[in-house]
Amino acid sequence: MTYLAKPKLHHPALPKNKLGFTRRDYEGAVSTLCAGCGHDSISAAIIQACFELALPPHRIAKLSGIGCSSKTPTYFLGVSHGFNSVHGRMPSVLTGANLANRDLIYLGVSGDGDSASIGLGQFAHVLRRGVNMVYIVENNGVYGLTKGQFSATSDKGSKSKRGVQNMDAPIDMIGMALQLGATFVARSFSGDKAQLVPLVMAALHHHGAAFIDVISPCVAFNNHVGSTKSFDYVREHNDAVNRLDVIEGRAEITADYAPGTVESVVQHDGSVLRLRKIHADYDPHDRISAMAFLQERQAAGEIVTGLLYVDPEAHDLHDHVETVEKPLNELGEAELIPGNEALQKLNASLR
Amino acid sequence: MQPTDTHSPDYFHKVVDCQWACPAHTPVPEYIRLIAAGRYTDAYMVNWQSNVFPGILGRTCDRPCEPACRRGRVEKEPVAICRLKRVAADNKNDVAALLPRSPEQSNGKRVALVGAGPASLTVARDLAPLGYHVVVYDGDPNAGGMIRTQIPRFRLPERVIDEEVGYITGIGGIELRLGQRVDSMKQLLIEGYDAIFVGSGAPRGRELDIPGRREAAANIHIGIDWLSSVSFGHVHKIGKRVIVLGGGNTAMDCCRTSRRLGGEDVKVIVRSGFAEMKASPWEKEDAMHEDIPILNYLVPKAFTHENGKLTSAVFEKVKAEYDAKGRRKLVPTGEPDQSFACDDVLVAIGQENAFPWIERDIGIAFDEWNMPKVDPKTMASTHPKVFFGGDAAFGPKNIIWAVAHGHDAAISIDKLLHGEDIARRPPPQVNLTSQKMGIHEWSYNNAISNDVRYRVPLREKNVALTDVRLEVELGFDQKLGFLEAQRCLNCDVQTVFTAPLCIECDACVDICPVDCITFGDNGDESDLRQRLNQPARNLSQALYVSNTLKTGRIMAKDEDVCLHCGLCAERCPTGAWDMQKFLLDMTLAGPACRSR
Repeated sequence: MTYLAKPKLHHPALPKNKLGFTRRDYEGAVSTLCAGCGHDSISAAIIQACFELALPPHRIAKLSGIGCSSKTPTYFLGVSHGFNSVHGRMPSVLTGANLANRDLIYLGVSGDGDSASIGLGQFAHVLRRGVNMVYIVENNGVYGLTKGQFSATSDKGSKSKRGVQNMDAPIDMIGMALQLGATFVARSFSGDKAQLVPLVMAALHHHGAAFIDVISPCVAFNNHVGSTKSFDYVREHNDAVNRLDVIEGRAEITADYAPGTVESVVQHDGSVLRLRKIHADYDPHDRISAMAFLQERQAAGEIVTGLLYVDPEAHDLHDHVETVEKPLNELGEAELIPGNEALQKLNASLR
Repeated sequence: MQPTDTHSPDYFHKVVDCQWACPAHTPVPEYIRLIAAGRYTDAYMVNWQSNVFPGILGRTCDRPCEPACRRGRVEKEPVAICRLKRVAADNKNDVAALLPRSPEQSNGKRVALVGAGPASLTVARDLAPLGYHVVVYDGDPNAGGMIRTQIPRFRLPERVIDEEVGYITGIGGIELRLGQRVDSMKQLLIEGYDAIFVGSGAPRGRELDIPGRREAAANIHIGIDWLSSVSFGHVHKIGKRVIVLGGGNTAMDCCRTSRRLGGEDVKVIVRSGFAEMKASPWEKEDAMHEDIPILNYLVPKAFTHENGKLTSAVFEKVKAEYDAKGRRKLVPTGEPDQSFACDDVLVAIGQENAFPWIERDIGIAFDEWNMPKVDPKTMASTHPKVFFGGDAAFGPKNIIWAVAHGHDAAISIDKLLHGEDIARRPPPQVNLTSQKMGIHEWSYNNAISNDVRYRVPLREKNVALTDVRLEVELGFDQKLGFLEAQRCLNCDVQTVFTAPLCIECDACVDICPVDCITFGDNGDESDLRQRLNQPARNLSQALYVSNTLKTGRIMAKDEDVCLHCGLCAERCPTGAWDMQKFLLDMTLAGPACRSR
């Protein structure tokens, strides 16, 4: 079984972004995941988002743990920085990296096993600290690498490929993220790039902890009748609260929206999120009613997707601990060794 | 849009751009794969079956396939299809045992062929194995027609002509009456042939009647006549300063031949601009490579002469102007005339048909341009027994069109003599077979080569120019042939989509290196073409549209720049995409072309 590298030839009219890169320049090695894996679509969405935002690939750091999802950073952004950590420990590595160099764009990629089982504690703390990052969980409800056992996010009552029902309660990662203070929370579906790509773009613009839960069907072990994370089930129960268009350096969107149906959100960095409402009374700025709405819809068997919560004026870990403005590797000797006088001053302040 | 009907033989045939563009519809990717596999004899026979003259065409074809080649749309240059054909011809084993023979028992029908060029020889090859008694007439002492008389030996060695003409005459049942020019069609009809095919070419070079032409006639030659005199060894040299008039492929042959017969200062002078010249781009390149300048926008006005000897040619300078309808007109610039001193002039400004030997009262109708009225599908004239083909049918074209005409005329003759309606044409034979061998395994090499087009090695110029019979192109060797063959995208291995199997996971969309696949809402064609992931702007290429899928959307694939790499099928979890080889063989004359 050989995996053919994706041919270098591309469409002759393939557009370039303002850095002069095509979308193909943001790709990585060819995927070795199973054919049809939802994760590959998420990789494609990340590629598309980074291309459209014209992010310089060398300013992005992609970090992951262990699992099918954590393999995917190999398959996108081939010339970015990468770190494949110990199982479930990506959040602490990301936090450390972010503290050392606050100028890079941090992209944590994990799965339901990596983040909701072995790494649940790390997941919780990286969110409550407000690390400036995009944290994507590629959520398929099974342990695909070990042949499809239920994972911690598998819904109660969901059936395995052999027909066994899951009797354990699922961990609700969106609920946790809202509760723990994530300032950008969204859910999407790997089979709906029209929704997913703008969400990733908006999250990349967000200053603070951005979390996206992406339902990503496992074609090999969790795409059958009775599964609540199959393509068909997610499509039937997908309840989108809004649609998001990101406006930034791109042609003004000229589509006509009926009055009252669109809300513009200006984020910290000036990017404008244009939210097209589907649920007229859903307010993505109200954390508490968002949580209530999600619980209610979940009880009704629906999967709520879209931009669920955003705090456009969010603060991140660096703001909280008042770290130095510059990345550590840009500090000179004078700043790093301020001298005896400064030490005496500091000691005095602690007496 | 309606779902695409892939059952029509034309749909997938059109995707194989080279085969679709070839007048004889040679299965190009099929023989290129055989070359890559080192199966030169098989590759040769695939060609021979379809285009009859692989070795000759591999050196001289006008290659309509190459401008059509998909490779030219995804990178700079097409696959060197023509020169790969020569690789098959150069490296094949003895094919004698693979060639057809005429049956011992003739079928009692006699068919006369006028002219022994490529069109007639194709008819002979198609009909002789069926038991027809074929009689070929030609005024020249050897068979081959313009292949032998007009194409210079340094492009096409005589042994290649002898070999491939010999494969046909060796079939048996073919009687060659060489040196016998047909002077009267009426007479030929009286001889009682069951059918007559006219493949007499366009044998007359166009004359240039300007002042001085007659007085300096000794040094002003008609291009094709001069080329055939060189071919037959009647002419061995030309003056040092030669002007070739005309911008077609014959002009290119004339100037390059002059360079080999003593012409030191040879130039081509053309009325039109460089880009509008009729010569193929590669023939112009070859001429310029041999230090022959091409001068444009100069209209010949007069020849000057002294004591009956040509001294120079005088030209008026013109420029191109286009009217509202885009038609070009050449208008004088008003600059002073230009004069070029010369010893000889070759006039290659076009060829004409001539049918003085066909009486106009025997039921063969001619049109206002004195060309026979010929049905382009059946090649039939208005006389039930008389057919035309090659340059004789519709004016000067090229060898591969002559072959295609020959096949069509042979089908008509075979059907006619079996009492069938010649207007009912046989459909092609089509086969569609999955190439899947296992996971990530296909029975064709689906890796895409990044190599750019390989140049055919040439003989060193100072050697090549010494001898008009020394072949200038050395041809690809086996290694280069393999590398060039790997550039072929295997467009005949089709992406076949089965809508009910699709789970709309997007895997094919994500992996496609050229963004041809889109899942979305249906619409009319012009709307859909705009809404694809990459808008489909090449209207000559089809959209492949599926039945409605589970979500109510459709799959639309733009065939334009598909690399046929099979990655969509490799990444498809359900086998909704499959790679299937589409093999189309044109039905030739014989039992398969008849309805009963």
